[in-house]
Amino acid sequence: MSAVPRFLRTPEGASGALILAALALMALLAPVIFPNDPLSIAGPPLLPPFQDWSLPLGTDRLGRDVLAGIMHGARASLAVALAAAAMSIMVGAVVGTIAGFAGGLTDEALMRVVDAFQTIPGFLLALAFVSVVGPSLTVVVIAIALSAWTGPARIARAEVLSIRERDYVAAARVVGMRPAEIAFREILPNALPPVLALSAVIVASAILTEAALSFLGLGDPNRVTWGGMIAEGRTVLRTAPFLSIFPGIALVLAVLGVYLAGEGAVEATAAKRGYA
Amino acid sequence: MPRVLTIVRRRLLAAIPVLVLVTIGTFCLLEAAGGDAVDAYVGMTGGDAGLMEQLRQQWGLDQSAGNRLAAYLWSLAHLDLGWSVTFSRPISDVIAERLPNTLLLMGCAIALSFGLGTALGIGAGARPGSTRDRLLSVASLALYAVPGFWLGLVLTVIFAVQLRWLPLSGLETIASGKTGLAHAADIARHLVLPVAALGFIYLALYLRTMRSAMAEVWRLDFVLAAKARGLSPRRIVLAHVARNALLPLVTVLGLQSGAMLGGSVVIETVFSIPGLGRLAQEAVASRDTPLLLGIILVSAVLVIAINLVVDLVYAMLDPRIGSGDAE
Amino acid sequence: MTPRLSIRDLGVRYPGAATSALDRVSLELGEGERLAVIGESGSGKTTLALAIAGLLPTGTTISGMIEWPRFDGPPANGRDVGFVFQDPGASLDPVMRVGRQIAEVLHAHSEVGWRQAHAMAVELIDRVRLPEPARLAEAFPHQLSGGQKQRIAIAAAIAARPKLLIADEPTSALDTIVQAQIVALIDRLAKEDRMTLIFISHDIALASEIADRIVVFRAGSMVEIGKTDDILVRPKEPYTRALIEASTAPAIATDSREEAAPS
Repeated sequence: MSAVPRFLRTPEGASGALILAALALMALLAPVIFPNDPLSIAGPPLLPPFQDWSLPLGTDRLGRDVLAGIMHGARASLAVALAAAAMSIMVGAVVGTIAGFAGGLTDEALMRVVDAFQTIPGFLLALAFVSVVGPSLTVVVIAIALSAWTGPARIARAEVLSIRERDYVAAARVVGMRPAEIAFREILPNALPPVLALSAVIVASAILTEAALSFLGLGDPNRVTWGGMIAEGRTVLRTAPFLSIFPGIALVLAVLGVYLAGEGAVEATAAKRGYA
Repeated sequence: MPRVLTIVRRRLLAAIPVLVLVTIGTFCLLEAAGGDAVDAYVGMTGGDAGLMEQLRQQWGLDQSAGNRLAAYLWSLAHLDLGWSVTFSRPISDVIAERLPNTLLLMGCAIALSFGLGTALGIGAGARPGSTRDRLLSVASLALYAVPGFWLGLVLTVIFAVQLRWLPLSGLETIASGKTGLAHAADIARHLVLPVAALGFIYLALYLRTMRSAMAEVWRLDFVLAAKARGLSPRRIVLAHVARNALLPLVTVLGLQSGAMLGGSVVIETVFSIPGLGRLAQEAVASRDTPLLLGIILVSAVLVIAINLVVDLVYAMLDPRIGSGDAE
Repeated sequence: MTPRLSIRDLGVRYPGAATSALDRVSLELGEGERLAVIGESGSGKTTLALAIAGLLPTGTTISGMIEWPRFDGPPANGRDVGFVFQDPGASLDPVMRVGRQIAEVLHAHSEVGWRQAHAMAVELIDRVRLPEPARLAEAFPHQLSGGQKQRIAIAAAIAARPKLLIADEPTSALDTIVQAQIVALIDRLAKEDRMTLIFISHDIALASEIADRIVVFRAGSMVEIGKTDDILVRPKEPYTRALIEASTAPAIATDSREEAAPS
């Protein structure tokens, strides 16, 4: 049985895939269903939800459509999360492979660097970076990757250390491949699976970090973000709590979807190896 | 005793290169921020080019980057973190003032999340696969997906706004003049919601970690041996399985301390707690980069200190660590 | 004389397994008797031991009957049936002092308090011929050698004075000299406490020093059963003969071996 059907058979995998599919759909269809700028005024301010069906989730303090905001916010969250995860995994895997393969002083030095990045609380590092460079979607991606790359780096290094002594590596050396070639053509592809297992966690934490940064006003000012919407809603928390609650629910569902899909993937691969 | 000293020495030796790297890193960020303290100062108080020139000379800011780094390291050695333009006070003073509040918040949150999370995790892990286990598993996963700041807001809406049981924000009732026990009780009331918001997220993590750690331990042979000796299920779960599962849990505690410190930024902001986290947010808002980087340095030291304590606790719990006569 | 244990047509199949681990096993064990169960890996001998002790994992299919004519109800682990495992390192909790691991068995099965249980544990450590029992009781498993750990495991197994002791390859993980010492120890303890003994091994010569009867297993079925001398001298089955030839441990008198310093 190949990986995908097995994944979809687990309850976690199925529900996770469902949520993520809905999310992706939201992100893709947002500009279609709501072609106008979600930051533009769509109706009277502070309209409660479920009253006017052209504005199903109501409007915020300035009269902006909440539903449009949530759908467009999905784009920002997904884009940032996926980009940040990809960047951290790539950078981490490369650094980890180099450290594990080179050994000696290079390995020591690189591991100290990993330690240093891990010692600084990830959110503070992201805060400092965005604060220094200025808020934009790209900067937020880099800020998140700055602390997230250490996990993949450690895992990649550990895998490389265990693979390094195996026969096909020795064979490659005999054939005369250059070390760099060996590292990236033979070793890295085999070190990748455990790193990828970490990807669900990285994506989920990226979504949450981006939301927190936006909440503090450090998100991209030209985009609608769920965190930003929650911050906006905080000013009228007493009178219109729904403005903060809806984007939060979207966040919870998105992160939950990622976690469930991740657990489903772990179950599927474990079952394949006969651990069940 | 020798075991303790070995661990302490090893951890401190490893910390030195890390701190050096962190310092150099923060210094580089400081440089990259462009605009130095003089720009910020003049931006706030006004002044002309001549004044800026003079101030630069006075504060040694016209030196080369290498010299400035050396000067920075030197002042760090004297525990001088620089000057905060926002507060017009030495950064060390500002941080020293705010740090205890964050430590209080974090301490309570760790106690809540670790204590309750571990207890619930034992309950779930006592019988893996049972209904209770599955329910707790799903609930904890959902809780772990919740953003801390949003949880804080939701709790505020329910308990402070709708039910009016607890105060809305702050660490204590302002100018209340309370002392002693009444003062402590007041602070405790104010801490309930922020500690809950910060703690519940990590509670979910510890619950899941304990549960999976116990599932791993259940498979080990000495558990079957304990059954073969006729020990009661309760004794096996608590004295053997949970006790062994505690080890990976303590490791996770160390790894999460940095994350919780980061989480305190948003929680303190939401609840207006005057701590280190909110100081970071204020530093960002007023573009006081030296202050922000001072906070980062202090946080790094804090994380190292916490990890040292965790290492010692782990050594206490696992007799195999550090002893010379392992087989 | 009523047998201590009566097994009839016992069949065991592990959850999700294609074949049975045990098939139609029938045997009886008399009071005070010593039975050696011999076989190679996969022969089902450990499965038999676990089945008798009631330690098979949930979901295992069991057919046939195990009867205990001399007990009122099914026997309780620890109190009626003692079990010694193959890997002494794995059968002890790594984070608990060994003395306490023996004491907790005493505390669980008799009315003694912890203090008295600990004192009795120290006596047991002495009984299994370990030096400085009071000091050793405070040690952790990783500080002991393989042979020492197995002695502790044996002490814990007999602490509640069970009538039946099952030893599942108790020496296979140990060095040769220590193997002989442990077999001698089990022999002496079974005599002193008048225990019925089931000794499981792949080494027919080693088991023959301690056993009255031998039963040979292969792929889940009984191949041959009989008195030790009969089996060794006049094996009926070719498989039994092959096992005897493959076995290397020489036969030495029991008593002289146990005086060697335990390590």
